[in-house]
Amino acid sequence: MHFDWPYFWAQLLTPSLAFLNGLGLTVVMAVSAQLLGFVFGLILALGRLSTNRVARGAAGAYIWVVRGTPLLVQIVFIYNGLAAAGILDFHDLHVLGVTFAGNLQAGILALAINEAAYMAEIYRAGISAVDRGQFEAAKALGMPPSMMMRHVVLPQAFRIILLPIGNQFNIMLKNTTLVSVIGVSEMLLVTETINSATFRTFELYSVVAIYFLLLTSLWNLFMAWVERHFALSRPNSATPQAALVLQE
Amino acid sequence: MSEFLVEATEVEKWFGPIKVLDRVDFNVRRGEVVVLIGPSGSGKTTLLRCINHLEHIQRGRIAVNGVLIGYRERQGRLVPDAERNIARQRRDVGMVFQRFNLFNNMNVLSNISLAPRLLRGTRPAEAEAEARALLDRVGLPDKAEAYPAELSGGQQQRIAIARALAMQPAVLLFDEPTSALDPEMVGEVLGVMRDLARSGMTMVVVTHEMGFARQVADRVVVMAEGRIIETGVPEAVFSAPEHPKTRALLSAVLH
Repeated sequence: MHFDWPYFWAQLLTPSLAFLNGLGLTVVMAVSAQLLGFVFGLILALGRLSTNRVARGAAGAYIWVVRGTPLLVQIVFIYNGLAAAGILDFHDLHVLGVTFAGNLQAGILALAINEAAYMAEIYRAGISAVDRGQFEAAKALGMPPSMMMRHVVLPQAFRIILLPIGNQFNIMLKNTTLVSVIGVSEMLLVTETINSATFRTFELYSVVAIYFLLLTSLWNLFMAWVERHFALSRPNSATPQAALVLQE
Repeated sequence: MSEFLVEATEVEKWFGPIKVLDRVDFNVRRGEVVVLIGPSGSGKTTLLRCINHLEHIQRGRIAVNGVLIGYRERQGRLVPDAERNIARQRRDVGMVFQRFNLFNNMNVLSNISLAPRLLRGTRPAEAEAEARALLDRVGLPDKAEAYPAELSGGQQQRIAIARALAMQPAVLLFDEPTSALDPEMVGEVLGVMRDLARSGMTMVVVTHEMGFARQVADRVVVMAEGRIIETGVPEAVFSAPEHPKTRALLSAVLH
C-alpha cells in the first residue's frame, strides 16, 4: 500500500480555494434545505393531521411519493427532468452581486422537498406524543385549533422532536454530496475534479471524509449543548429557561 | 331566555355499537350545584363532556346559555357547527379534568393567564394580576412561577380550577376532580370547590365523593347504564333512595 502522507496533510491542512468553496456550498445547501424542510414539513404534518379530507389526502400522497423514491432520482428529476419536459428551467439568479446558480437552486429545492416529507413524519410523531389531555384542556378553555397548536401543542412537540431533528440535519449534511450529480461544486465534486487530475484517490477521499466528519462532529457538539439546555434527559419536566424559549 | 343555563334534551350518544347515553334530559339552573353520581360506565363523565362538546352527541340537543352547542339548526335540522363557533362557546364553560391537564410547557402564572390574554383580550399586566388573585383564592399565592411538574396533584388541581375560573365561565364542569389524587390531597381540592359553590358558581360535578355531594350539592343526579335513574335533593337521594340501583350504589360506596 502506498499512502502519500505529505500530499494528504497538505490537502487536509491547506485545502485549495475550490475545496473551501465546496465546503461553503455544502453548509449553505444543508442549512437552507433544512430550514425549508422545517417549514414545508410543518405544513405537511398539519395537513396530515387535519380533519379536512383533501388536505389529509394531499399531504399523505406527497409523503408517500417522496419517501418512496430515491433522493438521487428526485435531484435529477427536478433539475434535468423538469427542464427536458419544458416545465421548469432553473436559471442563474444574480442578487446583490452574488450569483445563485440554477443547479444550486434545484439542488436545494430537491433536498428541501425530500426533507419536508421526513420532517412531516417527525412533527406528526411529536404532535401525537403530546398528551391528549393537553389538547382537551386547550379546547375546553375555548382555544381554536390554530391557537392550541401554537401555544400548547407545538412547544411540547418541539421538545420531543429535538433529538430526531438533530439526526435529520446530520443526514442532510451528508446527503448534499448527491447534488454533485447535477454539477454543484460542493466538496465531493471538487474532490472528484482534483482526483481526475492527480489520481491520489485514497488520500483525497480520506480528506473529504474527514471534512464531513468534522462538520457532523461540530453539529453533534451543538446538539449536545441543546440537549443540556433543554434538559431532554428529564422528560416531562420542562426547565424554566427551555419553556420560556419554546413558548414565544 | 331559558331559566336553565345548561339544557340537555333527549340526548343520545353511541360509542360504536354501544349506547352510552340513552335519551338523557338534564338541566342546570343558574347558580345551581349539581352532582352526578353513578357506577363507572354509567355515562356521567360522557354526559359532562358533551356539555362542552368534547364528545359529540348523535341525537337530541344541548344548549348552554340558550345557544345550541356543537350543532346549529338549519331548516329544522341539526348540522355540525363550525369549529370557531364551538371554540367561542366553550369560553363560557370551564372544565376541570381528572388528570389536571395543566399546560406542561409554561409556568403556573402563564397557565392561568394564557386564555384570558389570547381569548378575552385582557392586557398582560391585568391578566397577571387576576391570575395572582385567583392563586390567592385557591390558596397557592407562592406558586406563580412554578412549573406543573414541580407541584403535587392537589396543587395542580387547585391551579387547574384557577385556570378555568380565569375565563369567568358561566358554568364549571368537574370531571372526577379528586379521583387521581392521593387521599391526603382530596380535602384541599374539595375545600376550594366548596368555597366556589358558596360564592354562587354554577357547577356540574361528577364525583365519587358522597360526603361532598351530600354537603354541597343542591341536587344529586344518579345515572346508570346511560340513563338518569333518579334525581333529587341530597337528603332525599341519600337517606331514601327510590331506585334499587341507587341503593346498590350507595351501599357499595358508603360501606
